Amino acid sequence: MSDPIIRRTFAVIVDNEPGVLARVVGLFSGRGYNIESLTVTEVEADRHRSRITIVTNGTYQILEQIETLLRRLVPVHKVQDLTTDITTVERELAMVKVVGTGEARVEALRLAQAFGAEVVDASLEHFVFEIKDAEEAVNRFIDLMRDLGLVEICRSGVIAVARGKEAI
Amino acid sequence: MSSEVQVQTGADVIIKALKEQGVDTVFGYPGGAVLPIYDALFLQNDIRHILVRHEQAALHAAEGYARSTGKVGVALVTSGPGATNAVTGLTDALMDSVPVVCLTGQVPTHLIGTDAFQEADTTGITRQCTKHNYLVSESDRLAHTMHEAFMVASTGRPGPVVIDLPKNIQMLPCPVYVGKDEVQRDSYHVPSHGEMSLIEEAMDRLAKAQRPIIYAGGGIVNSGPRASELLRELAALSGVPVTNTLMGLGSFPASDPQFVGMLGMHGTYEANMAMHDCDFMLNIGARFDDRITGRVDAFSPGSFKVHVDIDPSSINKNVRADLPIIGDCAAVLEDMVNVWRKKNHSIEAANLRAWWGQIDAWRSINCLEYSQPKGGVIRPQHAVQRLWELTKHRDDVYITTEVGQHQMWAAQYYRFEQPNHWMTSGGLGTMGYGFPAAYGVQLAHPDALVVDIAGDASILMNIQEMSTVKQYNLPVKIMVLNNEYMGMVRQWQQLLHGERYAESYTDSLPDFVKLAESFGWKGIRCTSEDQLDDAIQEMIDHPGPVFFDCCVEKLDNCFPMIPSGKAHNEMLLGDASKEEIANAIGGAGAALV
Repeated sequence: MSDPIIRRTFAVIVDNEPGVLARVVGLFSGRGYNIESLTVTEVEADRHRSRITIVTNGTYQILEQIETLLRRLVPVHKVQDLTTDITTVERELAMVKVVGTGEARVEALRLAQAFGAEVVDASLEHFVFEIKDAEEAVNRFIDLMRDLGLVEICRSGVIAVARGKEAI
Repeated sequence: MSSEVQVQTGADVIIKALKEQGVDTVFGYPGGAVLPIYDALFLQNDIRHILVRHEQAALHAAEGYARSTGKVGVALVTSGPGATNAVTGLTDALMDSVPVVCLTGQVPTHLIGTDAFQEADTTGITRQCTKHNYLVSESDRLAHTMHEAFMVASTGRPGPVVIDLPKNIQMLPCPVYVGKDEVQRDSYHVPSHGEMSLIEEAMDRLAKAQRPIIYAGGGIVNSGPRASELLRELAALSGVPVTNTLMGLGSFPASDPQFVGMLGMHGTYEANMAMHDCDFMLNIGARFDDRITGRVDAFSPGSFKVHVDIDPSSINKNVRADLPIIGDCAAVLEDMVNVWRKKNHSIEAANLRAWWGQIDAWRSINCLEYSQPKGGVIRPQHAVQRLWELTKHRDDVYITTEVGQHQMWAAQYYRFEQPNHWMTSGGLGTMGYGFPAAYGVQLAHPDALVVDIAGDASILMNIQEMSTVKQYNLPVKIMVLNNEYMGMVRQWQQLLHGERYAESYTDSLPDFVKLAESFGWKGIRCTSEDQLDDAIQEMIDHPGPVFFDCCVEKLDNCFPMIPSGKAHNEMLLGDASKEEIANAIGGAGAALV
């Protein structure tokens, strides 16, 4: 019996210094852990702190290892498990280029409106849609576009924050 | 005399910070990118520089120095090849949690990224083999970084830290200096005391146990001598048997009747059987390494496991702990001893008596027994046994080893009474570790007897260091158990690969006595049992460095042994028949290391 694979999102607050992302990523690659999605940007310029959001998966035991190993890194201030114990808001931004004419093009625009996607660029033969939603909604939207002339996908990766007034 | 005012340079700040950290010895090798630091070293007398012959040795020597003193070991190497040669030593220190700070030279900041001469991405290369590393790109951060590096290396779970120092940073004026007490790092946390309620629960359960055991590892040694004292105290109070890991040897006295020997792949029968059958296990400062557990799903199946570790990521990594306690070994042990006393705990005498009766029955198998023909070829076990017998009256003996059969025989037959007296490469298993580690120890303990118990193959991996030892006239002893084989490789080929000894014979060995003499050492060779004691004594008595070529039985195997993929209660003993040995490891086990 193998242990079930669980998906988990971690928020990691780090000092924004050279090599910090490599330390985090190296922890995963060096030990054979998966990264499904990764985003990183400085969030507090005055304190030089960045927030890394990592979506990963593994057995419970591996996820526990990932959390403690992240905490062990010297430039890591905080690690928050955004899946267990708390509810969160997760968002992903995608830009999707769809090429086509005629009925497919009209259908693509109709679906985009239904999904709340915006047209950020267009010509007579293409659209670039911007969609900002939960990851599953973004997935669904992209899947629908496949038959309607999808030629390029660009995704930001997941960002997430805990609900409620408490800060990380 | 020039009257110009000396401007403080980066190199000066580096030396100043080393002095403030109490560094008295640096192991290093010069090169273009560290010349300013060497210049600053030249102009002072407080820090002694030991010129190694290869940068790997600088790291191992620093490790030996650190492990025998509890202080941070310091290495200084140049950029490029200097740094890459240091990688094995850094990884070794990471695996065995040894506090080391390694200063590496780097090309000037404006040349970084241009593939300059002797440029290597040192922080990139060493990121995965250090606890932390730094590239100092601003002079203002230099002193802070130096002190932070020492703090990170020596606190929490210790480990190696690299500071990459571009040459221009070393040469530029560096007016900013901060003292070590002004340095802190908000994001860096070090656990100290364990949670009291968990400690109380652990002691409650220990008191109620029927078949308890304490399994103590290198964390006790790293925690400082007080942790070893407290371990002895807890053992004495509770009457519980104690086993040590390879890294923990010496933290509990081998002569204590409660000591059941080392556990693990080449541990004693009684230690492994007791681990398998115990109902309560107190793991203090050990990490359930695969060499300890054998087959994980059959490891100590019926026990309640308490795991004390300063590193939370060690908990539940290999073996699930029923009661994890995060904290420093000494602090947790102190609380445990206090709780035990305060609550007047004791283990039911009848239970403890029955448990010891079982352990004594296992002991009576005498798993480390060997036969030594009088006047015959020396058995390697006997060589170590005699070294111990002839030195056991001294309390200033330090043993280091290389890696392989001799390492296991040293662990089995040399009996350690104190912590910090045994240095071996446990985690990484680095051949070539023991010799430089030995002179690192010797420099910290000039009058002590320091013996590197080595193998004929391992010793050749850092043989150039004989020159270093001669230069500083250090009385280091190398005792090679020479069987003309990479013995452990040969043993595994015998067990796993149908006795096909591919490349494990160490052909074309040098005449070690002549080699010793060519380096200005004393060389001794011994080939039969009746000369052994005299040869060992001659080695000990000689005031300078000695290379003792101890020619031993060529095909001896290291027993007892838990074959790969087997459980603790499936040990092979020394008298195992040839068929039993040949069939010991199944297909799945053969894939393991």
